[in-house]
Amino acid sequence: MVETPRRESSRLGEDRVPTPSQTVGPFFGYALPFEAGADAASGAAAIRIEGQLLDGDGDPVPDGLLELWGGQQFARCRTDAEGAFHFTVTKPGTARDDEAPHLEVTVFARGLLRHLATRMYFPDELAANASDRTLNLVDPARRHMLIAHPDGSVLRFDIRLQGESETVFFAL
Amino acid sequence: MSGSHRDCEPPYLYADYRSTVRRAPGRELVRLPAEWFHELPGPVFGRVPVLPEDADLTRQHHGEPLGERIVVSGRVVDSDGRPVRHTLMEMWQANAAGRYADPVDDHSAPLDPNFTGAGRCLTDGEGQYRFVTVKPGAYPWRNHENAWRPAHIHFSLFGPSLASRLVTQMYFPGDPLMALDPILQSIPDQSGRELLVAKFDLEITEPEWALGYRWNITLRGRNATPREQ
Repeated sequence: MVETPRRESSRLGEDRVPTPSQTVGPFFGYALPFEAGADAASGAAAIRIEGQLLDGDGDPVPDGLLELWGGQQFARCRTDAEGAFHFTVTKPGTARDDEAPHLEVTVFARGLLRHLATRMYFPDELAANASDRTLNLVDPARRHMLIAHPDGSVLRFDIRLQGESETVFFAL
Repeated sequence: MSGSHRDCEPPYLYADYRSTVRRAPGRELVRLPAEWFHELPGPVFGRVPVLPEDADLTRQHHGEPLGERIVVSGRVVDSDGRPVRHTLMEMWQANAAGRYADPVDDHSAPLDPNFTGAGRCLTDGEGQYRFVTVKPGAYPWRNHENAWRPAHIHFSLFGPSLASRLVTQMYFPGDPLMALDPILQSIPDQSGRELLVAKFDLEITEPEWALGYRWNITLRGRNATPREQ
């Protein structure tokens, strides 16, 4: 019997070992993206987010997959040859007074044995961002990396996997 | 959480898998207090289209794909033992010759016009799932000299929360390439690696038709705490 007794048990409350993560690899592009997957909203309230996924050398990650969710919105975008991605969403509401509007962002890629989780906050929410309980957990010098910045008619949110200006990632 | 749990997750940086070297984060991950962690809502995946025929990868084209027809089935539970009901599972794989239908794949093995190699389903009310497909072939990659990936199927699952999201790979029992594969071997503990190996199962095997493999999946549940770095 190779399997551990812990996993064989079907009792509730049993502390089972979660199935380990493995990389999404490079070949998901025909399987995971779906029709209009990056666009979770349309109309006047829709906000376009654009960004680039970069590795520790500052090179684009051309085979990344990003997922974004907030409120009832879920969107998925594969990075292109320049590591670029985009989403169309509306700004979600907040459930608590000590939270600012934000989107959960998840990063998958070849070379990521586990996915990464970060957040995108909105630049026009200065007061709410200042009292956001999660932003306030983050080193003040790094907080700005979680806030998108206006770039013409879009919001810009780059993600750096590694290095001096590495994006703030949260433990999952 | 016990040490054995931690040793069952791969690290971000695992130099034998070269692609991790410039992509693994170098800074410590920010840990949220456990009580906030459990409030993190999960994604609403309802926009991803799922059709009943998406779970049978052998019937997506006019003809039948080449290869050994298999059934992969099992149950999805959370780490507290509760079935994970009606959650989205996505899977993708190489064909029997070891070639993906993805344009990025430049392996010289042939494409199969009758096999795309991508499926979806929702778990049922008991957390059960079932896919029909063909056994994927091993294929070379350029990680190191004469590197070959063991036969595997990629899986993506959601579950109810941000913490339960899982992307992983399922392997086949007895494959000698597993011991040589840095992606699987990145999981420190042997018991963790074994969780990714399906078991041949005569009950799932269908006479005169397809071999059966059982693979059960555990997503992180309400009592889970954030993973270590």
